[in-house]
Amino acid sequence: MSVVSMRNIVTSFGEKVIHDGINLTIEAGEIYGILGESGAGKTLLIQEMIMLLQPTSGEIEVLGYNLNTITYQEAQALRQKWGILFQFGALYSSLNVAQNIAIAISEYTQTPQKLINQIVATKLNMVGLSPDVASLYPAQLSGGMIKRVALARALAMDPKLLFLDEPTSGLDPIGARDFDKLIVELRNLLDITIVIITHDLDSIFSIIDRFSILADKKVVAQGTLKEVLATQHPFIERFFKNDYVLGRYVHKDSPKPTPHHL
Amino acid sequence: MTYLSITQNDRSITLHSINHWNIYHLKAIDKELSELLKKINNRSIVWDVSGIESFDSAGVILFRQYYHTFQQKHTVEIIGYNDKQKRMYKLLELHSKNSTITIKTPNIFHRIGKATLKSLEGGKELLEFLGQTTMAFGQSLLSPSKIRFKEISYYIHISGINALPIVALTAFLVGLVIAYQSAVQLAKFGADIFIVDMIGISITRELAPMITAIVIAGRSGSSYTAQIGAMKITQEINAMKTMGFDPYYFLVLPRIFALIVAMPLLIFFADIVGIFGGMVVANLELGISFEQFIHRLQSALSPTHYLIGILKAPFFAVIIAIISTYRGFQVSSNTQSIGYYTTKSVVNSIFFVIVCDALFSIFFTGLGI
Ligand SMILES: Nc1ncnc2c1ncn2[C@@H]1O[C@H](COP(=O)(O)OP(=O)(O)OP(=O)(O)O)[C@@H](O)[C@H]1O
Ligand SMILES: [Mg+2]
Repeated sequence: MSVVSMRNIVTSFGEKVIHDGINLTIEAGEIYGILGESGAGKTLLIQEMIMLLQPTSGEIEVLGYNLNTITYQEAQALRQKWGILFQFGALYSSLNVAQNIAIAISEYTQTPQKLINQIVATKLNMVGLSPDVASLYPAQLSGGMIKRVALARALAMDPKLLFLDEPTSGLDPIGARDFDKLIVELRNLLDITIVIITHDLDSIFSIIDRFSILADKKVVAQGTLKEVLATQHPFIERFFKNDYVLGRYVHKDSPKPTPHHL
Repeated sequence: MTYLSITQNDRSITLHSINHWNIYHLKAIDKELSELLKKINNRSIVWDVSGIESFDSAGVILFRQYYHTFQQKHTVEIIGYNDKQKRMYKLLELHSKNSTITIKTPNIFHRIGKATLKSLEGGKELLEFLGQTTMAFGQSLLSPSKIRFKEISYYIHISGINALPIVALTAFLVGLVIAYQSAVQLAKFGADIFIVDMIGISITRELAPMITAIVIAGRSGSSYTAQIGAMKITQEINAMKTMGFDPYYFLVLPRIFALIVAMPLLIFFADIVGIFGGMVVANLELGISFEQFIHRLQSALSPTHYLIGILKAPFFAVIIAIISTYRGFQVSSNTQSIGYYTTKSVVNSIFFVIVCDALFSIFFTGLGI
C-alpha cells in the first residue's frame, strides 16, 4: 500500500519553475529518502505533502486522502497522524521545551499532566537530551539541541508518518548515528513510514530503503541504492562516484587502497 | 470502554489488558489501573497482555510505570507478550531511567525579586540607550557624512507620506466634531462667527499636533518596535554589529531624523484639513460661507498659535522615535515579547506625548502666550 504518492507535480513561482512533473510513490513502512542539491526543491516537495503549499498542478495522495479534494475535517484528522521535523526546528519560541514536546498530546488527548511529564522525559532521553533541558526556552538551546527537541516533538504522538527535513545536519557524528538507530528501531516497532531529506552519506548508506534524486526539476532516479547507483546522471556521478564515497562506502569491504611508499 | 478485564482468586489476581493502549485512551487506562491498585491487597499479580489490540509508546510508558509500582509490593508476572511489545518495552525502559522532568516554577519572592531587578535593569538600559543615541546624534551633526540619508528618506516615505490619508481622515473628523459641538453652544449666544476663532486656535495649537502624534505613535511607532524586535529575534542585529554596522546609526537615528522631518509637515497638513472640517460644519450648521470663514480666520488666528503647534512637532517626534526604538531593542528571544513591547511602546509614547503637551501648556501660560 502506498502512503504517499505524487503524480505529475508542477511547482512554479511566477516564471520560475521548481518542479516539472514529479512522480514518486512511498510505500508503507519504508524509510524513503529525498536527495538533491541545495535549492533542488526538496523542502518544497515535503511542504506539498503536508499541505503547507499547493502545487501549481498535479495530484498528491497521503494516507489515502487526495489532497486536492480533502475536506477540512479530513485534513484535521490527517494532521494528527503525521509528525514533522522542520529543517530549522520551528519550535514555539514562547513555550519551553517540555511544552513544545507535549503540545499535541495536551491539545488532542486528556492525558494527565503527570503522565505527560513522563512521556516528555522519555522522549527527551530518546533523542539524547537530559531531562534538565525541559524547562529551557528555544532561545536558550544550541543548534543541535533545537534539532533534537524538534525531533522529540515530531515523535510525541507516535505518528504513522514522519517527515524529517535534514534531521542529522547540525548533530555530531555520534549523535547522528544514534539518531539513525533510533529511527530504524521506531520504524520496526511502530510500523512508521518515514520520509527523510538528507545529505548525510552515513544515513543514506545505512538506513534508507529507497530514495529518489531530485535534479533538473525532475526525479532523475528512484529506487534502492543499487538501482540509483546504476542510473546515469551528472548529479549521481558527482555525489556518489567520487573517490571519497567509493572508497568509504561502496567498496568498504574490499581492502583500503594502501598508499604507495618509496 | 474498559481496558482491563480481571479474574481473581484468594491468592492471585490476573489482569488481561484489552483494547487499544495508546495515547488517546491513556487517561481512562490510568484511571482503571489506579483504582485496581487499591484492590490488590496481598495477592500476587499475573498480567496478561496478549489481548492488546494496538499500543504505542505512551501506552507502554504507562504500562511500565504500573509494572514498577506493582513490583514494589507484589510479585508480578507478565505473560502473553510478543516480540514487538518486548522490544518496545526494552527501548522505553532504556530511556525512562530518570523517569520524569521537573519544571521549576519560581515562588513569589523569587518572582518579586526578579521583577525588581528587571525594572532596575530596564532603567540602566534606558540610560545607556539614551546616552548612546545622544552620542550618535551629536557625532552625526558634527560629521554629517555619517548620516544615512537613504534610510531617512525611506522612513519619511513610510512613516510620513504613507500616513497622510489616515492623518487627514482623523484631523477632518476631529475638526468636524469640534465644530458641531461649538456650533450648538455658540448659536445660543448668537456668537456664531466666533466658531472661526474656536476652530482656528484649538486645531492649530492643540488638536492637530496631538492627533498627529497619536496616529504616528500607533502607526509608525508600533511598526518600529515590531521591526527592530523581529530583527533581534532573527539575530539580524547581532549580524549587523559584527559587520561593524552600529545599530544606533543604522536603525535608531534614521527613524528619529525621519520623524523630526515628517512630524511638522504632517501637523501642518492636519491643521489645514482640521480647519477645513470645521469650515464645512460652520457652513452647513451656521450658514457661514467659506469666504467669511477665511476672512475671519485671518484676523482671529495669530501666527503664534500656529507656530506653537509646529514647535511641538520635533519634541513629539523625538519622544515617539526614541520610545519605539528603545522598546524594540528590549524584545527578547520569543515572539510573545514582540507583542508585549509593541503594546508598551504605543502606550508609553502616547502617555509621554500628553505629558509633554501638558508641560508646554504650563510653560506657555507662564510666558503669557
Ligand atoms: N516562496 C518562494 N518564492 C520563490 N521561490 C522559492 C520560494 N520558496 C522556495 N523557492 C525556491 O525554490 C527552490 C527550492 O527550495 P527548497 O527550499 O525546496 O530547496 P531544498 O531542496 O530544500 O534546498 P536545501 O537542501 O538547501 O534545503 C529554491 O531555488 C528556492 O529559491
Ligand atoms: Mg530544504
